[in-house]
Amino acid sequence: MYDTIIIGAGLSGLAAGIRLAYYERPVCIVEKHTTIGGLNSFYRLRKRDHDVGLHAVTNYAKPGTKTGPLSKLLRQLRLRWEDFDLTPQCGSSVAFPGVTLRFTNEFALFEQQVAEHFPSQIDGFRRLVAQIQQHDELNLANRESSAREIVSRAITDPLLVDMIFCPLMFYGSPTAHDMDFTQFVIMFKAIFLEGFARPHEGVRLIMRKVVQQYRKFGGELRLRSGVKRILSNNGKVSGVELESGETLEAKHVVSSAGSAETMRLCDIAPPEQEPYQPGAISFVETIFSLDCMPLDLGHNETIIFYNDNERFVYDAPAEPIDLRSGIICSPNNFQYATPLDEGRVRITALANPNYWMNLPQDEYIAEKDAWTKRIVESALRFMPDFRSHVIDTDAFTPRTITKFTSHLNGAVYGAPHKIRTGTTHLENLFLCGTDQGFLGIIGSMLSGITIANLHLLKAPSSN
Amino acid sequence: MNTDQIRQVIMKILSRIAPDNDLTGLKDEVPFREQMELDSMDFLDIVMELRKLYRVQIPEEDYGFLSTMASTVQYLIPKLQTATA
Repeated sequence: MYDTIIIGAGLSGLAAGIRLAYYERPVCIVEKHTTIGGLNSFYRLRKRDHDVGLHAVTNYAKPGTKTGPLSKLLRQLRLRWEDFDLTPQCGSSVAFPGVTLRFTNEFALFEQQVAEHFPSQIDGFRRLVAQIQQHDELNLANRESSAREIVSRAITDPLLVDMIFCPLMFYGSPTAHDMDFTQFVIMFKAIFLEGFARPHEGVRLIMRKVVQQYRKFGGELRLRSGVKRILSNNGKVSGVELESGETLEAKHVVSSAGSAETMRLCDIAPPEQEPYQPGAISFVETIFSLDCMPLDLGHNETIIFYNDNERFVYDAPAEPIDLRSGIICSPNNFQYATPLDEGRVRITALANPNYWMNLPQDEYIAEKDAWTKRIVESALRFMPDFRSHVIDTDAFTPRTITKFTSHLNGAVYGAPHKIRTGTTHLENLFLCGTDQGFLGIIGSMLSGITIANLHLLKAPSSN
Repeated sequence: MNTDQIRQVIMKILSRIAPDNDLTGLKDEVPFREQMELDSMDFLDIVMELRKLYRVQIPEEDYGFLSTMASTVQYLIPKLQTATA
């Protein structure tokens, strides 16, 4: 009998697991896939290592910083600053028709860029930033409210509103067109006020440190162990049944599978309405290995969020892919002491999940190739042409994401409605991860920590 | 355990929870929150570490006693009387 079974060995599940294992709770993480990672994973293809999900770690803080999400989570997981080897970005931008706003991990630059390009908006912008800084985004009791309404009260130029929303939505909005204000604050702080960094080795390093810590404290991890059913009677969970037929008993179950996905495991029919509606925002990502460094071609930016439509539209497109906007990321463009072995460019764009889910297999491959070319053509308006330097290409779609993470629709940011307290209809079944609502690498770990603390550690152990 | 030993235990726990804080010169009468950047997650850790190390149960309504070093030690004296350091 386990104290807790955690479904999913992504960052949220592993972080929850570290907290429980450290405090001597018998805990087992069950993971369907053959490896850890979930939505922030990695793979090897044709002798090349690739990251999935991670373009950059957000919420950067300088070593020794005592406040903020990164320092909080390192303390909670008993990890050291050096463990994540976070190297700050070189500089990023939001590129829209006629105007580009640059930003780095020093917020002053972004503020100065807004003042320069939108002089009539700078006072409102400063008021908005003050409001964001005062907002306690970790308070689980925050009510949902429209970020667009709140932002538009301070900033009256719709172009600037769109330019602020663009990176925040691309990196963490499960909802189309608008965001919940708390979610907006989380992302604004994570991207503009704190900023981007990356370990030289990529997400692998973070995953490895986290899983090592979990094992060191005595946590058990079972890979290739998909959950078929969450077992319950009289409103209480008693354990899980694995796809192999094996049953594991536990006093609590924490699921990072997603809210709709978890309800399915409870034998509750796919719920059509709130609060368990799955998300529908997903992406196609293309990855290019180059025979030179991006810098050699004159490309020195870490991340470019681009859009060339009059208004920025964030929604599942009617087309297979929305070519009007996207994200260009080069993992080479961080301030490493030694350069990466190979040049890489990753370009990501909004995709229509249904289209990619339902394509027959033979057409799927051809369509993926065709749209990869179109995505590049679209991105080339914002970066140097690198096509003659490409030595390897890969791409993944909503279908790939669902296959490897079991998240419905390949919805990387999960359900539109977040269940912040992590509670469910069963008193000892909890949610953590994407559908709890803290997003990104740092957010996902904070989610696991928060749910473990609030629901499992505060209550006296009955062992 | 005596008062000094209990104080040592708390110092050990604080250094584990907040390794980046310099604990020399920590004032016993001033709230931890004002001297170190501790939040509610850290206070839960003080409680959890005490439970792990000495099987002391501290109910949530008593967390207020843990605001300063002096009040924490005072609160723990009866609970750690029979424990050995």
